[in-house]
Amino acid sequence: MDQATSSATAHKGVQELDQVVIRFAGDSGDGMQLTGDQFTRTTALMGNDIATFPDFPAEIRAPAGTLPGVSAFQLRFSSFDIHTPGDAPDVLVAMNPAALKVHIKELKKDGILLLNTGSFGALDLKKAKYDADPRSDGSLDGWRVIEVDLEARTKEALANSPLDARAKGRCKNMYALGILYWMFHRDMEPTMKAIAKKFAKKPDIVDANLTAMKAGHAYAETTEVFQTAYEVAPAPMRAGTYRNIMGNQALCLGLVAASKKAGLQIFLGSYPITPASDILHQLSGYKHHGVITFQAEDEIAAVASAIGASYAGCLGVTSTSGPGLALKAEALGLAVMAELPLVVLNVQRAGPSTGMPTKTQQADLLQAMYGRNGESPCVVLAASTPSDAFETAFEAVRIAVTHMVPVVVLSDGYVANGSEPWLLPDVDALPAIDVKFAPEGKPDEKFLPYQRNPKTLARPWAKPGTKGLQHRIGGLEKQDVTGNISYDPANHQHMIDTRAAKVAKVADDLPPLQPIGAMTGDVLVIGWGSTRGAITAATLRLQKAGHAISCVFLRHLNPLPNDLLALMRGFSKVALPELNCGQLAMMLRARYLVDVQSISQVNGQPFKSQELEDRLLAVLKDTKGEAKQ
Amino acid sequence: MTTVDRPVLQKKDFKTDQDVRWCPGCGDYAILNAVQGAFAKLGKQLHETVVISGIGCSSRFPYYMETFGFHTIHGRAPAIATGVKVSNPELDVWVVTGDGDAMSIGGNHFIHAMRRNVGLKILMFNNRIYGLTKGQFSPTSEAGKITKSSPLGSVDYPFSPIALTLGAGGTFIARGVDILGPHLEDLVCQASGHKGTALIEIYQNCNIFNDGAYKGFTDKDVRDDRILYLQHGQPLLFGANKDKGIAFDAGFRPFLVSGADLGKAFVWDETSDTPAPAMALATMSEAEFPVPIGVFRRRDKPNFESRVQAQVAAAKEKKQESLKDLLYAGEIWDVG
Repeated sequence: MDQATSSATAHKGVQELDQVVIRFAGDSGDGMQLTGDQFTRTTALMGNDIATFPDFPAEIRAPAGTLPGVSAFQLRFSSFDIHTPGDAPDVLVAMNPAALKVHIKELKKDGILLLNTGSFGALDLKKAKYDADPRSDGSLDGWRVIEVDLEARTKEALANSPLDARAKGRCKNMYALGILYWMFHRDMEPTMKAIAKKFAKKPDIVDANLTAMKAGHAYAETTEVFQTAYEVAPAPMRAGTYRNIMGNQALCLGLVAASKKAGLQIFLGSYPITPASDILHQLSGYKHHGVITFQAEDEIAAVASAIGASYAGCLGVTSTSGPGLALKAEALGLAVMAELPLVVLNVQRAGPSTGMPTKTQQADLLQAMYGRNGESPCVVLAASTPSDAFETAFEAVRIAVTHMVPVVVLSDGYVANGSEPWLLPDVDALPAIDVKFAPEGKPDEKFLPYQRNPKTLARPWAKPGTKGLQHRIGGLEKQDVTGNISYDPANHQHMIDTRAAKVAKVADDLPPLQPIGAMTGDVLVIGWGSTRGAITAATLRLQKAGHAISCVFLRHLNPLPNDLLALMRGFSKVALPELNCGQLAMMLRARYLVDVQSISQVNGQPFKSQELEDRLLAVLKDTKGEAKQ
Repeated sequence: MTTVDRPVLQKKDFKTDQDVRWCPGCGDYAILNAVQGAFAKLGKQLHETVVISGIGCSSRFPYYMETFGFHTIHGRAPAIATGVKVSNPELDVWVVTGDGDAMSIGGNHFIHAMRRNVGLKILMFNNRIYGLTKGQFSPTSEAGKITKSSPLGSVDYPFSPIALTLGAGGTFIARGVDILGPHLEDLVCQASGHKGTALIEIYQNCNIFNDGAYKGFTDKDVRDDRILYLQHGQPLLFGANKDKGIAFDAGFRPFLVSGADLGKAFVWDETSDTPAPAMALATMSEAEFPVPIGVFRRRDKPNFESRVQAQVAAAKEKKQESLKDLLYAGEIWDVG
């Protein structure tokens, strides 16, 4: 605890909380993402468990002060293990009337509303489509409203700064951050360091930001408006070294780690698309790790170049979102046919068509599974949390290069842009990935490009440039072993079966499923991808309430784990919450003839754990009802 | 010079054991022959050479070359080849494509390969028709062409692949003809030595669906008067006795010269810093002027793969970072 906060406690009350949900909301130019990010870093460093959820508009800069221009960042921190960024906020920071209007309905009853009154002029209200000032018409009754004119306070604090009025105004988010740092006993030091580093070449900006933050902190400490500060004790986390991580970052780090363990160079072919572009940005910064990035002319060229790279002996990767995956479909079929390794990262967003690019959804599962012509099986994996994305990317590389098969990794906007503390892995303990390129051929012996490994059915990875391995492959059906073109009916059946069997064999190496809860009971909840946090939270609460409910999460969606059917049979009912119209539920019903109950939501938002709990409770009640009959 | 490591191969060494399945009389046979001849002449090694194709009659080519071969999907060969070349710049990467594959479905990849100057050698067989799908008009078919999909005549205008490539910033642009074997073989040799993207448009006769497309200037009895051989440093002359020439007016419009004016014939410079003369030749009327073949343009420009690899090498030189340092970066903290 720094000196400022300890002196604050001298004359003001301190209340202990076990968790807090804060939402910062303002104009997209107000720096809400940066403010939220700073609070997150500080809080992580102070030992709390934390989960975040940014919610930004699709427009780069919608007209200032309007409803479509509102950008928000929600974070939840706690003294215990948490799984989601929370449903309704305890604290809402609203920088203008538009932010108030969009977010106030979700603020908890009795929650704290910190309102920037400096942006409540007639024009601001009009832009937010308020007929009357909500501060004076009673519509904010029921919340603890704290009014601060952030514009005026920031301007006062920066009276001596050489910056112009506009630049000074931009520091008001730091003033608000200072207030919150006081309210929640946060240390200002990490943010001071981060700002000094970020604007190292602009000392006036650094001074202004830090002055504004300290002034906000002092204001909260000294004025009567703030009566109570809150303390959230550190959470008991597993021992180890942590860093904060976002899903897109983790995918990139997982790829680089796997490439080092496999001794392969990464080639990323990609075309910018929301919300996957950060993968291209991040990997473009890893050239010093040998990573080649190619910003292609379109989605098709992106995957095609990655296939070419894999053919030449690199680890071919392409990153995209749903519409891009649709464009890559034909090329993915080529990778299936040519039996080349390929990793496709699909950060799902709300569809169909352009849909809602900045909103999350899990509706590309069937596209990843079946969205190609012919019988064209790919391995499909899903990342469930930001830190899980590291392991999933690593696993994708392992499968792609050891089984000579394209692997589609499904992430989504929620995993991609959400963040959480990541227990860093022991680098030396990461498993090696065994890659064997075909050795030089012998003179007068014809190289057989489809001579398979009997265990995995993988064909040899034969790098051009290697003597004696000359061969021809392509998208036409080919004779097994020789790779020559073949239209023979029996051979085609055999190759169809073999490509499917090759993918199915991936399941042989998977670890056993580890449900949260007992191996038998009334209801098994199956989840995949980013619903993991909400499902875990809801299941744990129901378990605490005495229900015989367990949950399990699938990283491998194709092939499915061999022990899934036995696990499902241990329960009276199986429930499957997913952010689509029931895609995995349909797959499981078709495959296993098990009565999987779909819990569907497709509104561009993640599940709220409370709502999910209610829906699972209904399934549990249903189970009990049936048992009585 | 033959060594154990780099044996000198014969033309036959580049042939595969697969039956060639083009229609008898197809111009593709002559092109295959010229390419195999050039490869042998250039001392190429089988294992260092990769032939990548898209879809179409021409794209069967890799199956007949005893090198590495990848018969990919429609229009995407330049994109796949870019991935191969950037991943391993040591490989000698050739793309075989057609007027439908490169100009229509794959137009985007074609122009961007040119823009980036990737070290690919692109052989585009132009027969001005869709052959594999049995006879529809292509982007290079003449306006008014009657085909199965244009029974009243095509209302599409064609474009000139050479002009398109000039516009896309191509650095080696040439045209050959299937039946002019030695000339084509020479163009293949020249393209092979070019460091950036090389295009050879090859006029190829489809004797089934567009027979005689180039007869008007390639038949032996008209050839001398109807073909203009571009020769670097030489005036643009044609005719059996080289008694006709082409000159340009101030607006780069071509006109014919002869007799006393023959000296005004434009002296061809394939390395010219302006693409204007090449563009004028690429777009001049086939009816009024002879058809130019040879090298339209050749410019030295650093290629894409070397620039990509140089950035990677420079980044590695500047910053060494262990995997642990990469992961344990930014703000980290210890628990317990």
